[in-house]
Amino acid sequence: MSDEHARAAPPPRKLKLATVSLAGCFGCHTSFLDIDERLLPLLERIEFDRSPLTDIKHCGPCDIGLVEGGVCNAENVEVLREFRAHCRVLVALGACAVNGGLPAQRNNIALGELLQEVYRTGHGLAAGSRIPDDPELPLLLNQVHPVHEVVRIDYFLPGCPPSADAIWDFLNALIEGRAPTLGPGLLQYD
Amino acid sequence: MNDSFLLDGETIPFSPGQTVMQAAAAAGKYIPHLCWHPDFAPHGSCRLCIVRIGGRYATACTVGAARGQVVENRSEAIDAERRTLLQLLFVEGNHFCPSCEKSGDCVLQATAYEMGMLTPHFDHFYPDRPLDASHPEVLLEFNRCILCELCVRASRDVDRKNVFALAGRGLRSHLIVNSESGRLADTDFAATDRAAAVCPVGAILKKRVGFAMPIGKRTYDPRPIGKSHEPGTREDE
Ligand code: SF4
Ligand code: SF4
Ligand code: FES
Repeated sequence: MSDEHARAAPPPRKLKLATVSLAGCFGCHTSFLDIDERLLPLLERIEFDRSPLTDIKHCGPCDIGLVEGGVCNAENVEVLREFRAHCRVLVALGACAVNGGLPAQRNNIALGELLQEVYRTGHGLAAGSRIPDDPELPLLLNQVHPVHEVVRIDYFLPGCPPSADAIWDFLNALIEGRAPTLGPGLLQYD
Repeated sequence: MNDSFLLDGETIPFSPGQTVMQAAAAAGKYIPHLCWHPDFAPHGSCRLCIVRIGGRYATACTVGAARGQVVENRSEAIDAERRTLLQLLFVEGNHFCPSCEKSGDCVLQATAYEMGMLTPHFDHFYPDRPLDASHPEVLLEFNRCILCELCVRASRDVDRKNVFALAGRGLRSHLIVNSESGRLADTDFAATDRAAAVCPVGAILKKRVGFAMPIGKRTYDPRPIGKSHEPGTREDE
């Protein structure tokens, strides 16, 4: 690069990061926040777009999208597609995004039977409980799916949840434009 | 001159009759494996121990060691094949590690870590395999069975009880229990049987001890399977 070019180069643009929890428990987001004070240097290099941390409702063009949770209902499908359409690099974050996780343990039970048992015939239900049918509720899918079964995923970061250190390493690699790898002890499925 | 072969460039001695796997294990070298166990006859079914000898694929647990063999084991290309085999095993069963008592002690999981498997990649089958909790002391969780036949071999060859067998072919292969009802409680199986402790995954589990050892302090937590000094050693020994 010529001198002239080097002088003209603007300071590196902050990368845009979007995050979402689909059929997850927010455990991965909590683990993300466990990077603690490292959040501050991170915020000098990234800026949050849609995320539970910003309350922005729709994802704009982003560099990195982190998706926690699998896909269990029609809204999840829509949001996941929105993330894929807007994020240059899409990451499946955590066990549920990677393989459906514990919510996918319902996959062998017919949806109707499942709802009957949970809301009508199971233990400890209030008298008169019924299956929620508010039209605003997204419709459940027959099975819970990992995100890669619905859209193309660039990177996978397993763990229930992935540790803060694993998330930190992974994000740093992505920000620096390296292919992320998980160092010793950071690859865990549980 | 002693008989020896080259494993990833290292000289490995062997005695007549040893397989490549046995000689490598005796020398403290790790060749990934699932269905092989030092105490049992090789089964050659999981294909995880695939190596290249003189450029040709062979399963290290079944192929005899021979003088001058050049064996390629932990190359990126072969580990990538192994990763694919592992991914197939993961999607064929129901492996929810966060809720599995075997997590941290599981050879399938530890091998997947060692091979750097980040995703199951394929579409999941999510099979429906009811578990058998009939036995007072031991639980059968068929959703995690990888059909390695170690329990079959242990029960037949060591316990002399023939409690387990594989039935069906291809995709329909599955583990069965040798009793008229098909339930474990109706066999002479005992928690002290070798077959009760040999399963590499969380398919045969002793009841009421699942979390006696906390997650994080288990076999492969401090020491990845590939760094094991005695490959093939499992926590049941
Ligand atoms: S058997 Fe192993 S791989 Fe399967 S769920 Fe249990 S710990 Fe995970
Ligand atoms: S139950 Fe365990 S030991 Fe038996 S075949 Fe299945 S995985 Fe192998
Ligand atoms: S360990 Fe050799 S085929 Fe399974």
